[in-house]
Amino acid sequence: MAIFYILLLFILIAAIIAVETRNLLSAVICVGAIGFSGSLMFLFLRAPDIAMTQIVVEVLGLIILIRATISRDLTFISGDREFFGVVVSVVILFAIFLAGQTVLETLPDFGTPAFVAAAQNADLPAPAAQTYIAQGMQKTGAANLVSAVILDFRAYDTLGEATVLFTSIIGATVILRKKSRRLREETNA
Amino acid sequence: MKGMTIIVKTISSWVKMLIFLFGLYIILFGDTSPGGGFAGGVILASAYVLLMLAFGGDFVKQNLSPSLTLKLVCAGMLAFAAIAVAGLFYGPDAFFWNFITQKWLAGEGSNLHFINAGIIPLAEVAIGLIVCAAIFLVIFTFSTFKFDVSDNQKE
Repeated sequence: MAIFYILLLFILIAAIIAVETRNLLSAVICVGAIGFSGSLMFLFLRAPDIAMTQIVVEVLGLIILIRATISRDLTFISGDREFFGVVVSVVILFAIFLAGQTVLETLPDFGTPAFVAAAQNADLPAPAAQTYIAQGMQKTGAANLVSAVILDFRAYDTLGEATVLFTSIIGATVILRKKSRRLREETNA
Repeated sequence: MKGMTIIVKTISSWVKMLIFLFGLYIILFGDTSPGGGFAGGVILASAYVLLMLAFGGDFVKQNLSPSLTLKLVCAGMLAFAAIAVAGLFYGPDAFFWNFITQKWLAGEGSNLHFINAGIIPLAEVAIGLIVCAAIFLVIFTFSTFKFDVSDNQKE
């Protein structure tokens, strides 16, 4: 368990640096460091699928997106913070911390899935996850149970995610296409 | 956007095929090993983004134009929807019914083979196509689009 506390400390330090630094590019790299240590935590919790997705999206995707889209004029943040905004955000964060502490006390131990805790309780009916683990290999033929769940048992969910991605792509290309820019230049001139 | 120096161009022209092969491996073996369509699609897109950063936007535009990319996104979405609807035709009224494993390969589901997973590898390929083309298209459109920073600073 010591490795998790070390990684959590690393995440905290990287998050503070990402907020406090003035250079936007180093802030993005600090966010990538947060994603990398999160991916390491998933790896130590024996969830290689999520670790792979985490490192690909959070580290590669985020840094490449920011690096490709950043323009030189916007790399440095200027201006001071307002005192009122700082006070309000500290109060809101303290309220969220108090609420989170009461919620965290009811959760099972770190690293123990909630479904396992529910399965050990004999009074409750068997959760769906146990059925997937027992029969997933026969019913889908996929050795990777994560793929079996997201593309067979819960494939409808994945269809929704793909639709969200598809719609956002269509919206981005329609808004950012070149013809609209030309039209706007004509109206300005 | 312009390209980078000759060192970056040479190394990225060596590395691009390795990244592409790794992405294809992650997509195709998603049912037997960790990975899947989403992670592999982002890796494929990052190979193209590496080419875009190294050689410039015009080089990538000749090889993979934005209109072709948009068509690839639509093709992946159609393939994924077709896999879903095929479950309705080939079996009981169930969306996404794994008809290949349950009907044509009945009883062989516990044998470890690429084909035995049925619709799962096909759906992985469709999702990989969607994610690869979509992520590349987002990065390409954002990087070639010029924000009017100078106009805002004047006012």
